[in-house]
Amino acid sequence: MTALTLVAAVLAVATLGAALMALTTRSTAIAVLSAGLVSLFASVLFLLLAAPDVAMTEAAIGSGLTTFLFFFVLGRIRREGSK
Amino acid sequence: MMSGFFDTIGALMMLGGALFLALGGLGLVRMPDIYNRIQAGTKATTLGTLMVLVGAALIMPSWSIKLLLIMLFLMFTNPLSSQVLARAAHRSDAPMTPETKADRLDEDAEDLA
Amino acid sequence: MADVLLILAGCLVFAAFALAAWRFVKGPRALDRVVAFDVLTIISVTGIVLAALITGRSIYLDVALVYALLSFLGVIVAARYLEGGE
Repeated sequence: MTALTLVAAVLAVATLGAALMALTTRSTAIAVLSAGLVSLFASVLFLLLAAPDVAMTEAAIGSGLTTFLFFFVLGRIRREGSK
Repeated sequence: MMSGFFDTIGALMMLGGALFLALGGLGLVRMPDIYNRIQAGTKATTLGTLMVLVGAALIMPSWSIKLLLIMLFLMFTNPLSSQVLARAAHRSDAPMTPETKADRLDEDAEDLA
Repeated sequence: MADVLLILAGCLVFAAFALAAWRFVKGPRALDRVVAFDVLTIISVTGIVLAALITGRSIYLDVALVYALLSFLGVIVAARYLEGGE
């Protein structure tokens, strides 16, 4: 069990690092990707802390749907702006 | 708890798959340009994940339906995303390594347009 | 015997995780980061299956199923966005 706790601690640090990268980067696309990475790490962290239902919601909404929505809207904005 | 014959075979297969995953990650770091990175990062990790899933199905035979479903979805979605990534890299003129000898897609560009 | 092999496999998956995360931090262009994101998702599916096997709970596999279904959507839309220049 202690090995799983260690992996959870490393994942928490990785989540913090990804969030820091999303804050400090200059590019919008990289910031959106880093936010998706935060959701990915947090979802695996929730799973290791024995909450599979929360992890499933985080995986579907945070990592899948939010990244999809952000890039879809960014592409739509660029297309409308160039018109 | 786990001492049967199939358990050892499954654990060995999972170890092989994890080795392929680690090699894919190493290729992702070491390769010089994005096309080689897509090649190393997608093909090797797909094989590694499939081997890990087969090993898990050997260890826990009652989970094999769900594992088979995961394998099926991975085999559908992974080549798709790799192809879309390679096309995006080629269309946005990503720089190639100087050792590249031929670019057939660029030669065929006027035929496709 | 088999337990030791499983722990060794977990260490190798962790090494792959660290290498792909390094490429995400370093990657010179945005598309390199998209590739690293894709690889990290695939490695996460493997890690989830390993965690399910170690803890012996089959409910964890549903999360891996959601990842295998939904992970490619974000990657495809990101690649389509980055096609037209950065």
